[in-house]
Amino acid sequence: MYAFNYHRPDTLEAAAAALAAAEDGRVMAGGQTLIPTLKQRLASPSDVVDLATVPGLGGVRREGDAIVVGAMVRHAEVAASAEVRAAIPALASLADGIGDPQVRNCGTIGGSIVNADPAADYPAAVVGLGATVRTDRRTIVGDDFFTGLFETALDEGEIVVSVSFPVPRRAAYVKFPNPASRYAVVGVMVADTASGIRVAVTGAGDSVFRVGAMETALAGNFSADAIRNVAVSQDALNEDIHASAEYRAHLVGVMARRAVAAAAG
Amino acid sequence: MAENGIGASVPRTEDHRFLTGTGSYTDDSNLPHQTYAAFVRSTHAHATVALDTSAAAAAPGVVAVLTGTDLAGDQVGSLICGWVVTGKDGEPHKAPPHPALAADTVRHVGDAMAIVVAESARAARDAAELVKVDYTPLPAVVSMRDALAEGAPQIHAEAPGNLCYDWEIGDRAATDEAFGRARHVARLDLVNNRLIPNAMEPRAAIGDYNPATGDYTLRLTSQNPHIHRLVLAAFVQIAPEHKLHVIAPDVGGGFGSKIFIYQEETAVLWAAGKIGRPVKWTADRSESFVADAHGRDHETHVELALDEGGRFLGLRVETRANMGAYLSTFASCVPSYLYGTLLQGQYTTEAIYCEVKAVFTNTTPVDALRGAGRPEATYLIERIVDQAAHDMGIDPAELRRRNFIPADAFPYPTKVALEYDSGNYGLALDRALELADYNGFAARRAESEAKGRLRGIGLSAYIEACGIAPSQVVGSLGAGVGLWESGGIRFNPTGNVLVYTGSHSHGQGHETTFAQLVSDYLGVPFENIEVVHGDTEKTPFGMGTYGSRSLAVGGSALVKAMDKIIAKGRKIAAFSLEASEEDIEFSGGDFKVAGTDRSMNIAEVAFSAYVPHNYPLDELEPGLEETGFYDPANFTFPAGTHVCEVEVDPETGTTEIVHWVAVDDFGNVINPMIVEGQVHGGVAHGVGQALLEGCAYDADGQLVTGSFMDYTMPRADDLPDLTVETTCTPCPHNPLGVKGCGEAGAIAAPAAVMNAITHALGTGAIDMPATPQAVWRALNQ
Repeated sequence: MYAFNYHRPDTLEAAAAALAAAEDGRVMAGGQTLIPTLKQRLASPSDVVDLATVPGLGGVRREGDAIVVGAMVRHAEVAASAEVRAAIPALASLADGIGDPQVRNCGTIGGSIVNADPAADYPAAVVGLGATVRTDRRTIVGDDFFTGLFETALDEGEIVVSVSFPVPRRAAYVKFPNPASRYAVVGVMVADTASGIRVAVTGAGDSVFRVGAMETALAGNFSADAIRNVAVSQDALNEDIHASAEYRAHLVGVMARRAVAAAAG
Repeated sequence: MAENGIGASVPRTEDHRFLTGTGSYTDDSNLPHQTYAAFVRSTHAHATVALDTSAAAAAPGVVAVLTGTDLAGDQVGSLICGWVVTGKDGEPHKAPPHPALAADTVRHVGDAMAIVVAESARAARDAAELVKVDYTPLPAVVSMRDALAEGAPQIHAEAPGNLCYDWEIGDRAATDEAFGRARHVARLDLVNNRLIPNAMEPRAAIGDYNPATGDYTLRLTSQNPHIHRLVLAAFVQIAPEHKLHVIAPDVGGGFGSKIFIYQEETAVLWAAGKIGRPVKWTADRSESFVADAHGRDHETHVELALDEGGRFLGLRVETRANMGAYLSTFASCVPSYLYGTLLQGQYTTEAIYCEVKAVFTNTTPVDALRGAGRPEATYLIERIVDQAAHDMGIDPAELRRRNFIPADAFPYPTKVALEYDSGNYGLALDRALELADYNGFAARRAESEAKGRLRGIGLSAYIEACGIAPSQVVGSLGAGVGLWESGGIRFNPTGNVLVYTGSHSHGQGHETTFAQLVSDYLGVPFENIEVVHGDTEKTPFGMGTYGSRSLAVGGSALVKAMDKIIAKGRKIAAFSLEASEEDIEFSGGDFKVAGTDRSMNIAEVAFSAYVPHNYPLDELEPGLEETGFYDPANFTFPAGTHVCEVEVDPETGTTEIVHWVAVDDFGNVINPMIVEGQVHGGVAHGVGQALLEGCAYDADGQLVTGSFMDYTMPRADDLPDLTVETTCTPCPHNPLGVKGCGEAGAIAAPAAVMNAITHALGTGAIDMPATPQAVWRALNQ
């Protein structure tokens, strides 16, 4: 780890100010990606702004037809939340399947979505459930939040405050984990929402994406069979030693069908 | 059976400190005036290099920056390979120089070029990044096929064609003749995948030098501290043996990877002498991936010739074995004498011929890893037997049974230079099939098929040669060392006992097992026994722990020492009880005058030995301390059958192991709980190889699987509950009748898993690791 200035602000404004003043500042939420990256000397920020003591970023609450999760809420808290389990069990189960117990007890939803790892689980929930992301400056529609490989729509110094998930009629998330890292090789969130059927895929591409053809097919017939013949193009899908693009494309279909079956349950 | 004696599942003495975080590992030690080392490592697989260390040397807190040029200037010797394998041509293997710091040419990613010593670990690391390395890349060869190709880039001038040796064992003519008589020949091409050892504790070392006395001390993660001392003294020549004290304290796992004399520990010790201060280095996990010796990495073509009744007439094996960029400490013997000699398996195969080309490549050196050669042998035998069974339409269990060496045929001389001492292979197979409900498989397969799953069951009837090793035999085959072991027993005046062993425990539980053995043998309460290991100034010279040898060889050395203790105790008791020595009987810790009620406990004898107020000193020597050295008459041959049952999800290719049965013959067992734990660990290791662990390099020689994000270690949820039983044919040639259990699981498991998968898939065209993608491809090709 290289040396850096460490900040532990008491307010969101102070956090934003510390970031603005830093030459190359990084926000730390749960630190489950940042700290390993720092330890391996793969990043050398001038300043790290720790949100641990900033008020107003915690809590899971029901607001009308949505579940609002504070940016600093740990995965384990989402997984165990009675509100989430009652309203969006798919979200609780997704959170319960992230990483290992240590990651789930330290990692946060805000940290996960801001990092925008192409193999992270939460992006599938944000896009698949049609969530909106509230920051210290504005509200960003989930569909617009992830813009590429480790890229989001956030501006420089913008801090995520919470994520609001509309409660779907039914939804399920199924993933195929990387055997080594247990990140998603392919993870699919299928949701039947007030704004229509949504199918969001993480792990397979640079960034989470929706599969329109599946959404259309499911709108008429919400069953696994309805998407059995929907081909997923392997163009632009990720390739690594664990999964070729061809295998990933195949797994998108398998995971989507299993998610539909689970949601239709 | 005594409560804590032989045969009792005594909870492990050492676990309290390990489980409460109070063990003392190398990194837990800190010496006054200690400095910290970081290594500058090659980022290229093959290059010539020029180093500019000026910026690093001027960095804050830096004490010294030492390079391969400095090392050569100090006449520090090359790292060695301790076993010279002679090839078909009668020539010794090629063992090119392997400097602790590469001076002008680097040959694999991670090859160390400089050691930076500083006041803190961070300062050392910061400064290491300031060493400017001017690389002139050379073409790298990564695959063995490329390395052996005509015109391939040469890695060492000393090894033309990148060939370390071309070796053979067995009878080629007899094997050809056997194939000529065959009704059927089964054939397979197999890859035995390269593994990265990944002990929980990374390697670490603290070198220390006392300028006033000229004494060196090296604390390190070693499975064999005396071997480290011997090699660093006699060959690398940093200090003479009597001026070098090597301590291997608590060590968190080895699996072979901590046998070897590596670049880093050598450089740390040398640097400590240069600067006159202690130098500490602890590998981080990324370093471990590129700098710990890897394991396995064979490519093999195997053919099995059978007659019309399915009897094995001949086995023909052609293997390429990857040595990596340099020849590591025992690398040469792994794909030769620890491999070719095991190709008899459990079978009466009439003729065997095996040839092995050992190949240099621009990859991390490869050496012994849990099983070392024997897993590779078992894997190919058990795969080809299943292939033959499939080809000929014979049940795999039945085909094995037809070819087993009969229980009454021991000692059994093999066609590949060994003599099996004892065994009963049919017994283990039958029991394993019963526990696995082999006969009920069809019904279980039907249930799986109803769920859309494929189901398979696979056998592995393995054998290994353990209790390494008779010095006379290994010496005749090129080993530079003897492979006996030492054991010492020291009674204290108060009657408690220190047990010294030249073997080393790095997870195996010697402190418990050896105490049980001594308690049982000498009648001393278990809690009054302390086992001492891992320190060259405390223990007699010993060869260390590997090859499942500690109990068979080290335990037998303790028996020799204890026999001497009893002999001396008998003299003392005879004197004290005023009886003749011949009338003294020893049992249960008491020396008794036969036919009387007069007796002395061994603790009283010990006290007398240290308070010899009235001893006839011309007849009786004070003290009660003895040392034994044991050189085994033969290897031991643990064997058994493992049965693996899998369910495969054809949509994703995911394999789930649903049932595992292990029936192993380890001879006599001292602590059944520890043995079962060793089987569990070994099976996990073997399942890791079969399903998960696949070390991968890209075409440029960069390690693709350089972290746990990509290199899949087995986890608890990858394994089912294991059904573990033992059978017992005692080893006839060591005094304990024991055989060794540390490697069995890793040897048996890969073939059991792969035979189950090929059974489920209906195709043998799949190599390890059988990842979901590999299985999916096999199903869809």
